[in-house]
Amino acid sequence: MSAPTAYPSRWRRPPTLIRDPRWRWALRVGALGYLVLALGALELDAARIAEGLERGAHFLRGFLQPDFTSRWRDIQQGLIESLTMTLTATVAGILLSVPIGIGAARNLVARPIYLACRAIVALSRALQEIIIAIFLVAMFGFGPFAGFMTLTFASIGFLAKLLADAIEEIDASQSEAIRATGASWWQLIHYAVQPQVMPRLIGLSLYRLDINFRESAVIGIVGAGGIGATLNTAIERYEYDSAGAILLIIIVIVLLVEYSSSHVRKYLQ
Amino acid sequence: MLEITQLCKTYATGDTALREVTFRVPRGQMVGLIGPSGAGKSTLIRCINRLVEPSAGRVRLGDTELTRLHGRGLRQARRRIGMIFQEYALVERLTVMENVLSGRLGYVSFWRSFTRRFPGRDIENAYRLLDRVGLLDHADKRADALSGGQRQRVGIARALAQEPELLLVDEPTASLDPRTSRQIMRLLREVCAERDLPAIVNIHDVPLARRFVDRLVGLRAGRQVFDNAPDALDEAALTAIYGTEEWHTLHADADGVEDAPARPARARPVEVAS
Repeated sequence: MSAPTAYPSRWRRPPTLIRDPRWRWALRVGALGYLVLALGALELDAARIAEGLERGAHFLRGFLQPDFTSRWRDIQQGLIESLTMTLTATVAGILLSVPIGIGAARNLVARPIYLACRAIVALSRALQEIIIAIFLVAMFGFGPFAGFMTLTFASIGFLAKLLADAIEEIDASQSEAIRATGASWWQLIHYAVQPQVMPRLIGLSLYRLDINFRESAVIGIVGAGGIGATLNTAIERYEYDSAGAILLIIIVIVLLVEYSSSHVRKYLQ
Repeated sequence: MLEITQLCKTYATGDTALREVTFRVPRGQMVGLIGPSGAGKSTLIRCINRLVEPSAGRVRLGDTELTRLHGRGLRQARRRIGMIFQEYALVERLTVMENVLSGRLGYVSFWRSFTRRFPGRDIENAYRLLDRVGLLDHADKRADALSGGQRQRVGIARALAQEPELLLVDEPTASLDPRTSRQIMRLLREVCAERDLPAIVNIHDVPLARRFVDRLVGLRAGRQVFDNAPDALDEAALTAIYGTEEWHTLHADADGVEDAPARPARARPVEVAS
């Protein structure tokens, strides 16, 4: 036996991200200083907060006594418009997203196609639904058609990107095996790629359906029709009881879609 | 007859996987390709069906120069070469039957394969092959419902469905237990004999290779360092392929399985597979 070596009994994790302690402290102090200055710039005002809370209480009273009946006709029309544009936009979005998503998968296509498809995806993701809706309402006028176009365009950014990511993560050995049989590119897509990404595509489509319904309520506020337009009108008329009814309906529909889509996804797995 | 002439492969990263590999495989011969990890075994068989693009050299299958082909010509050549994979590489969400029929993709149009309307002869042949590998009852199961050995049998049936002129086999037993490994190797032997098929089998289990193949080619760092009958693989050859090790402790039954008679350990310096 050799003489026991004295090993240290204390160990501290060495800094891995920023090694220089001067930099670490400078960043900490800088972040704190910025936070203080930023809060100062917001002009927090106790009186305004109190006033706002009072108005909020007013909303809440209206929402606690929802009135489904006096504006039922408007609500019904808004709902039908919203559901129609949700469903059609989701279907159109899926149909457009599948080719764009395949084109945006690095492991399947040549680089120029990949870049072009990723550019479409990036454009669609860069623009938030409301901004697209404002443009499209200006182009096509008020109403659900602008809403349909908005939601379709936004669905492409979401579905095509996530589909492309799913395709890039597939088991490469399965596509290698199909290529080794002498299969063409289309056969490769159909036999090796589609079986691997199909459950994910269905899950994403159902998820997008539920996002599109929620967005249809938002974009209605800028004139793209649907239940959002009805909600906007109710609030502008100070009819908080009708607005409360509309919000309750939106919540119930979103819950229903969410619940049923999670069921379908579980069944697929 | 497969002829590989001075085949070289250097990857874009600068790693050289193959250095002037040259050998021929006549009809009906099963060649075991052995060597340490990273020696270029996988690269070599993928250079043959051009899943990996060789940097230099030639590969001829019959009258076809495989290294010159592109597009349709390459696909038509690939359908003549069956490939069997390490982790089976079945399309897991497709049925066993679809996996076997996917071996016909190079022969049918996209629409026929899309609508699953394969020619009757192909379907009949697929059933015959499933019967041959003992999986006739499993035709309509999903591939991921099968065990490892069964999946590899489907992999073999898929390769045979191509009616290939050459089999490329990449580590067929790497994820299987010793008994199943032997059954798979025996099945490969039999189907090659039945069809007079040449085959190249990548394998890292040396005792198993010695037991089942007709000839061994050894690769080390992309260079061919051995090419002879399995009986000629002695300690010096093993050292040339894998480096220094106490090779006399390696014997054919190291994986100890069913049909081999028990032998005293270290009976001979190098146990040669029967």
